[in-house]
Amino acid sequence: MATVPASAKVVVIGAGIVGNSLVHHLARLGWRDIVQLDKGPLPNPGGSTGHASNFIFPVDHSREITDLTLDSVRQYQEMGVFTESGGFELARTEERMEELRRRMSSAKAWGIEAELVDPAFVKEKVPFIEEDQFIGAFWTPSVGVVDSLRAGTIMREAALETGALTVVPNVEVTGLDVEDGRIRRVRTDGGDIEAEYVVIACGVWSPKIGDMAGISIPLTPAVHQMISVGPCPQLAEREGEISFPIVRDMDTFCYERQHGADMEVGSYAHRAILHEPEDIPSIEQAKLSPTEMPFTSDDFDPQLEQAYELMPELLGAEGAEMRYAINGLLSLTCDGNPILGESLVKGLWTAAAVWIKEGPGVGRAVAEWMVDGHSEIDVSHSDIARFHPHQMRREHTRLRTTEAFIKTYGIVHPAEQYESDRDQRCSPMHASQAELGAVFFETGGWERPHWYESNAGLLERYGDAVMPREHEWDARWWSPIINAEHLRMREAAGVIDLSAFEVFDIAGPGALETVQTVCVAQCDVPVGKVVYTPVLDPGGGFRSDLTVMRLGDRHFRVVTGAAHGPADRKWFGDHVPADGVTTLTNRTADVVTLGLWGPRSRDILASLTSDDVSDAGFGFLTCRDLQVKGTPVLASRISYVGELGWELYVGADDAAGLWDTLLDAGAAHGAVPVGIGVYGTTGRIEKSYRAFGFELDGERSIVEAGMQRPKVKAADFVGRAAYLAQRESAPETVLCTLVVDDHTSASGIKRYMLGGEPVLTRSGESLTDGHGHHPYVTSAGSAPSLGRHLLLAYLPPSEAVIGNELAVSYMEELYPVTVGSVDATPLLDPTNERIR
Amino acid sequence: MTSVLVCVKRVVDSSSEVVLTDDGQAVDGRYAGFTMSAHEECAVELAVQIGDARVVTLGDADAVEQLRAALAVGCTAATHVVADPQTFGPADVARELAAVVREHDHDLVLLGNDAADSGDFQVGIRLAYELGWPVVNGVATVSVQDGTIVADGAGPNGHETYRLPLPAVVTVLEGGVEPRYPTVPGRMKAKKVPIDERQPTAEPAGPGRVRLLLPPPAPSDVQVLGKGAEAAPAVVDLFERLGVLAR
Repeated sequence: MATVPASAKVVVIGAGIVGNSLVHHLARLGWRDIVQLDKGPLPNPGGSTGHASNFIFPVDHSREITDLTLDSVRQYQEMGVFTESGGFELARTEERMEELRRRMSSAKAWGIEAELVDPAFVKEKVPFIEEDQFIGAFWTPSVGVVDSLRAGTIMREAALETGALTVVPNVEVTGLDVEDGRIRRVRTDGGDIEAEYVVIACGVWSPKIGDMAGISIPLTPAVHQMISVGPCPQLAEREGEISFPIVRDMDTFCYERQHGADMEVGSYAHRAILHEPEDIPSIEQAKLSPTEMPFTSDDFDPQLEQAYELMPELLGAEGAEMRYAINGLLSLTCDGNPILGESLVKGLWTAAAVWIKEGPGVGRAVAEWMVDGHSEIDVSHSDIARFHPHQMRREHTRLRTTEAFIKTYGIVHPAEQYESDRDQRCSPMHASQAELGAVFFETGGWERPHWYESNAGLLERYGDAVMPREHEWDARWWSPIINAEHLRMREAAGVIDLSAFEVFDIAGPGALETVQTVCVAQCDVPVGKVVYTPVLDPGGGFRSDLTVMRLGDRHFRVVTGAAHGPADRKWFGDHVPADGVTTLTNRTADVVTLGLWGPRSRDILASLTSDDVSDAGFGFLTCRDLQVKGTPVLASRISYVGELGWELYVGADDAAGLWDTLLDAGAAHGAVPVGIGVYGTTGRIEKSYRAFGFELDGERSIVEAGMQRPKVKAADFVGRAAYLAQRESAPETVLCTLVVDDHTSASGIKRYMLGGEPVLTRSGESLTDGHGHHPYVTSAGSAPSLGRHLLLAYLPPSEAVIGNELAVSYMEELYPVTVGSVDATPLLDPTNERIR
Repeated sequence: MTSVLVCVKRVVDSSSEVVLTDDGQAVDGRYAGFTMSAHEECAVELAVQIGDARVVTLGDADAVEQLRAALAVGCTAATHVVADPQTFGPADVARELAAVVREHDHDLVLLGNDAADSGDFQVGIRLAYELGWPVVNGVATVSVQDGTIVADGAGPNGHETYRLPLPAVVTVLEGGVEPRYPTVPGRMKAKKVPIDERQPTAEPAGPGRVRLLLPPPAPSDVQVLGKGAEAAPAVVDLFERLGVLAR
């Protein structure tokens, strides 16, 4: 065995599916001098890969996770370790059938073959199943099982063959040395390694390793119980590891997966059983492996009965015994996504909380990200930089995963809110908003009013214009009050709490260079100008879109959304020159943003200030200091809702007072408090404003999003070369705004899409864009001022024609839609008269 | 049918590294989990093969897990003497087991040869003494033939067979039978069997144990046979000596 070398370009800690895939792809992309460590032996060092059930259902509601899974399947197939078995997801209830119909939407959107089938169809393929236990199923023929340990060995050996890799098993990491914010050295019980890059790919142990460098990798080891029953004669007579489809019994949160002569029954139904990484036994202490903890049979007993009801002949067969049972450890995070990317320590990367179905895809994506600065598959929802401080606490992860564990096979509404560990960040107006009956939704830990029950009186006034929703699912986590608030804002004015905005200042001699390097738009503008700009990665995909204000010659303020705020802050921070005097200061906690928009907003503001707020005196896309009834504010004339108005930046101590002042003064003009339901959805969708994470991500370009300007600034910026090239060729896909023509379902109930649905031809045939992707709804929402429901979707260029008649599939029914706009031109107020 | 009582104890699974609690009074089960000892698993298997078997344990509330495990593989009744096992010495346990035997008129009592944690090797003999019954220790198999117990095992001078009249006490060493795993229906049935709970009949005298100590680690038996292809002849030679390769 190799000994620990004294230095390396990159040290990958961990030899599970992720570490093995990562060293393979790093070597493939040309990196050399790679060292891989694991404290366990090879090929199974004792982590979660070693006991995984190894099956893959490709369809997930998340595009990012699905794409990583599909890429992983492709890699497993190329390695010859994938066996296709097909898989069923069973419904025991009508509510679940509806969820399976929604799953069909995701399957079609991501281009995966699937169909809804009746119990007889299942029985034909799984003869030992009891048909009367369920009412239908979702059939995915491409479900399969993999040999993840073999795959790991193949990938590791491929890297070894290139001479790029040194593997040292049975060596434990004892420390990580950080100097000047950069990783320098890995300490092990076999010697120290100087390293330029280090990747923590240690699965359930990752938090413990991260602590050594002072970074938080917020995942928790959690138990997934599994038993193996056999030998079952029905299975033993078939050759090979698997010949019957895998069954996921969704309503009992169980699965049944053939493994040779045995049937493995796994459960996500038990209480959340969480461990601390420090309490995982050592290899010597563990009876089986460190991540195969002692089985707690009491937790499993209820599932046993349900599994037996479904397959009594098989599980009760003569001689079939429970011969293996574990509490297997896997990694869970507070939002269910992996933890990937560079940490706050330069050069220290993470690749953790990854399942077998995503492993090779994650390895490739992280390797591309390290080598090229961006990955082909957008992984921004998994970026470790996404975490806000409260999310880095172990307690938060513990509470959120406890709440979410039972939802692993659950029916989760796309807008569903967590209940645990709320109220992490409340604006200074929180108490008075609660008194107004604010219904709070959470983003980045911030409690944001989504709508105000105090506005319920507006429902009567606007009547059917609020577009009430008849179906419970469509109306869940929604209120017609949102649409009433919207109409009132367009009619008079609205005051919106935007405290959650991530605000940071860049100041010093290198400030201009920093924003010019990061931003696509020209930021070398006069002081007092406001710039809306895309931010690109080196490959020309979106990293963000945000607003920059020039507050001084050497002083810029960046304002961005809460969800992606920490990642944006890291990205700018990474580009601040190391001159020792240019600084990035996070102002999020001490600057509160209030929005005032609507045709009466100028009258309201004018009544509170002696400063000139006329269009001539305070033009669009400018900012300056104002005194609003004695309170100093920075006002910025900009709008994400398509109305005249301002964002007002105020010190946190003054925010509650300003909020009351605006509402008091606004009342006479008809202004009301307006929630994020308007700001985030209805207001923006009427204006076809794009949102990062929905329309904009690393796989989309400015040209495809219809956001290109006539000129490109001369100054260099990240992604410039790629952007120039994109401008030279026709787009492969075009972001369009679609209008739903008829909402009536077969049952007569009007249905309203929520996002994620596939866009098809009128007759229901699938469409494909130049990237090979199928169109799907990136955002959906009411457009109350138009009296329509709007959808945003990227369409193949040939379909991106105004008036083109298409269809959207929702819960397995087709609804006619028409293309209303094929670029950023909004359907409401296309010439932006209202903003002036 | 012979009425058998089989006695089990909830112990830490000691098939991996043994970790003691900080006070040295017990083995720490955090990592390895809990089980009954391998000897007792064989005793349960023999009991189920012989006849109608009741399982008994003396332990805290968690010990019900071991009773259910025995019920899941074929025992039909269970008694739980609810007590803190750390405060009970072998004589105390024997007294409590004797009370259960008398209550149910068992013909045969099977125990493991010794518990995997405390290793006192005493309860079987003390129980027989308490009952005034014959006892045979450390056998691998037990059967009842025409009202007589036949117990087989390895003795110091070779294979030994004992014949005993009923009633009797027998302690079992692992190795004579392959304990079965539970079936799914067996496990489900076990869940529904009512467990007869009882309190100890007397205050325990205690084990008199000061503390547990771990023995020094056994010296390594690893012999390096060589490296790479050079090691092949030595490996072949070893395999031939072990009899896994024909010479």
